[in-house]
Parts: sequence; C-alpha cells; structure tokens
Amino acid sequence: MDVLLDGVRQAVALLASADAEVLSVLWTSLQVSGTATLIALLLGIPAGAALALARFPGRTLVVSAVNTGMGLPPVVVGLFVTILLWRSGPLGALEVLYTPTAIVIAQAVIAAPIVTGITLAAVQNVPASFRLQLVGLGASRTQMVWVVLREARLPMLAAIMAGFGGVISEIGASMMVGGNIKGQTRTLTTAMVLETGKGNFDVAIALSILLLALVFAINWALTAVQQRR
Amino acid sequence: MRHSLALVLAVLLSLAGAASAQAPGAKTIILSTTTSTQDSGLLDVLVPLFEKQTGYSVKTISVGTGQALALAARGEADVTLAHAPALEKKYVAEGKMHHRRLVMYNDFLLIGPESDPAKIRGEKSVVAALKKIAETGSRFVSRGDKSGTHVLEQSLWKAAGLTPAAPWYIESGQGMGATLGIANDRQAYTLSDRATLLEFARRVDLKPMVEGDKLLLNIYSVMEVNPVNGPRVNTAGGKAFADWILTPETQQIIKTFGIDKYGQALFVPIAGKKDEGF
Repeated sequence: MDVLLDGVRQAVALLASADAEVLSVLWTSLQVSGTATLIALLLGIPAGAALALARFPGRTLVVSAVNTGMGLPPVVVGLFVTILLWRSGPLGALEVLYTPTAIVIAQAVIAAPIVTGITLAAVQNVPASFRLQLVGLGASRTQMVWVVLREARLPMLAAIMAGFGGVISEIGASMMVGGNIKGQTRTLTTAMVLETGKGNFDVAIALSILLLALVFAINWALTAVQQRR
Repeated sequence: MRHSLALVLAVLLSLAGAASAQAPGAKTIILSTTTSTQDSGLLDVLVPLFEKQTGYSVKTISVGTGQALALAARGEADVTLAHAPALEKKYVAEGKMHHRRLVMYNDFLLIGPESDPAKIRGEKSVVAALKKIAETGSRFVSRGDKSGTHVLEQSLWKAAGLTPAAPWYIESGQGMGATLGIANDRQAYTLSDRATLLEFARRVDLKPMVEGDKLLLNIYSVMEVNPVNGPRVNTAGGKAFADWILTPETQQIIKTFGIDKYGQALFVPIAGKKDEGF
C-alpha cells in the first residue's frame, strides 16, 4: 500500500516540477500515437466506407480480416515491422528502425484496422433507404458517400478514441521497433516497463497515472465534441 | 461540430509534423548491450558524454546479452557491450564480431532467503553451493532468457554436473530486477549481479550466500561488428565508441560510477587487460 501512496505522491511531484525527462517521454508518446492515429484515420475511413458501401465477391472474407485485425496483437505487429525495417530487411535502406518513425509505422498498422472496422460498422448503420433517397434526389456518388459519412460522424469519433487509446497504451510494438531509447523513442509505456525493471515502482506508478490522465483528457475532449448537439 | 473535427485533425497534423522532424542523423551508431548496463544507469552517464565529445548520435538497444550478440551478428548493430565471455568468444571465432576488448568487471552473488534451506551460507565454492541446492531441492529462480547472467548460471550448473529441473528450478524469463522480485516473493535462491542487487536492496531481503568465488566474476567486453554481417554496418562509428570507452578518461568515470549513490563503485575498469588475468 505504501508503494501506491508513494507513487501517487511522486506523480504529483513529478508533474508539478515539470520534470524534463517525464515531459520528453510524454511528448514522444503524444507525437507518435497522434501521428499513427492520423495515418490510421486517413487509411481506415476510406477503406471502412468503401467496404460498407461496396458489394463484391469475397467481401465477407475481407470484412472478417478487418475484424480480426481489430484485435491484432501489438507484439506480432512489432515483430514483423522490426524484421521489415532491419538493416538487412526489405526496408532496411530507410534506416528508420529504433526511431519514432518506426513506432508510428507499427502503431498505424495496429490502429488502421480498428478505425476501418468501426467506420465500416458506423456507415452500415446508416439505413440503405437513406442512401437510395440521396441518389434519388440526384446526388452524385461522391456526394452520397460524403453525406453518409457525415451522418455516421458520431460513431466515427469513437473510432478516433478507440484507435488512439489502443496505440498510446500498447507496449509490445513500441518496445521492439523503438528500442526504448532515452530522449528518442522512450514512450510512457516503455518507460514504465524500464522503471519497474529498475525497481523504481514510484516512478512507474507516476507514469501510469500520467498515461491514464492523458487518455482520459483526450477522450473527454472527443466525447464533448461527440455529445454536443 | 465541423470546426471541432477540423481542430482534432489540426492537432494530429501538427503532432505528425513534430514527429517527422526527428529524422536520424547520418552519424548514427547502434549499440547493442545488456540490460544491466542500462539498469545500473552507467550508460545514461557515458552515452551523452560520448555524443558530446564525438558528434555521433548513439541508439542504445538494451536486451539480454544473447540477443545483443545475435542482433550484432546480423549487422543490426555497430558495436556491442556484453558480459558473457564464452559466448562472445564463439562469435569472435565465427568472425561475426572482432576486436573484443575487456572494459570492466563487477561480480555476481548467489543470494537466498534468511532461512537458508540448503545450508550454503558462507560456502566458498559456488559450484558446491549449487550442488547442495539441487540435492535439497531448494527453490532457485533462473533468468532463463539467454542473458549474460543466465549464460554464466548455465555454465555453473554444467560445472556442477547437474541439469536443474522443475519443480524447484523456476525460469522467470525476465530481466534481473523482475527475477529478484520473484525470488524474493518465493523465498528462493538466485544469481544476481552486484549492481542490480544494490539497486534493489530496498525491496529485496534476500541475503548474500556465496560471493568472491573466481567463477562469479562478471566481465564486460566491447566488440566491433564485422561489416560483412550486413550492408549498413557503421564500422567507423562502432570503432569510435569501442576506442572511447577504453580511454583513460572514460575508465576513470567508470571507476567512480555509483559511489555517490551506493557508497561503493559498481564496476572496476580493466581496459588493456587480457582474459588470462582473471
């Protein structure tokens, strides 16, 4: 129990003193996971909308693959991205392994199916009759998709939250492709593992509280947007 | 509503801009090393100093010694700091690594619970102590992760002519810190390096049982990665780091490291010495 209380006290102290190392870790996490979420949105929203509206042979198979991808284990993604980015790997010439860019790539791979899956469900929930009506009123295909997406925007905010929440809290991929390098690729979660390994449970608890507060603040802001009518 | 969404996107975009600004420099070295050098805090002192003095940027990948060497052998690193002499010599013999040079040492301790069920406290020979642990079936926690500590532990069991097995032999598969926690919790014996044990002294009440045996020396070496291992090995950078860690100035820093925090030094610098001296 003492460890917990000490941790909470330490967390407050670390935040109050704006500890440079903690701020660097926090900033790296925000940057990396924010960028990965953005990429996932850019890929996932069009893909989800297309899957929801299109009908083609094998569609069920693709949708099943996306749904499986929503639960992709980060450590599996980490392993494959590491192998691809190795100096001896197919993308070795990029020399991005152990950089924030590598973590962004891995996290985008993790978040993209989540965004795709939620967009797919959201767009499918817009009644087909509504789409027919739009076309009947003379809307072009692009206009129709745009209006349907706007109609589905509330559940799609959930896609942002789920995608961001998923990647900022993952550890397996960040550790493997980032290497937990101080000042470069150390994120909130990898720092937590390191501090726990070093026996600095108070610092680890402080970082956990910081992570929870951050995810909460972001979800709160997005929920406020979502629920405003 | 629309403005809010635009705002969310704008925030994400600016984060993306900031992230891409951190492109790696041309003078980058990858150092693969063991968790103990990182956990002890030594690299946090040495690496920034090296970067400042030479202009290189170092990416330190802290993993078990087994993985550190395996990565280097694939050309995924430029220089390796490890502590498993037998394994290192194998890599050198295979031509994967070269210029293996001793850097520093500290020592391992066999530690265990106050109750000492195998009655090994004060035993001079670590091999004899391990035999007693096996005979009495006392719990022993192994790292089980191919780290330098694990490699040494395996060589000691071999020297004792034993193959440890469950149920009394527990493999944690984790770093030294986590393994100490498990050993403490299960009131088991384990093998720990002195630096990590000092770091955990506050939370672990296992007592030193065997120390000072020559077999318990923990010798760290630096090795450069043979450029034939992969297409992008930074040979000059790897050599620069290896040379630097062996300079008298750096060795002096190693010699005094830890005194302010623990009241005793964690490592003894030995640049220039040979294996035969130990």
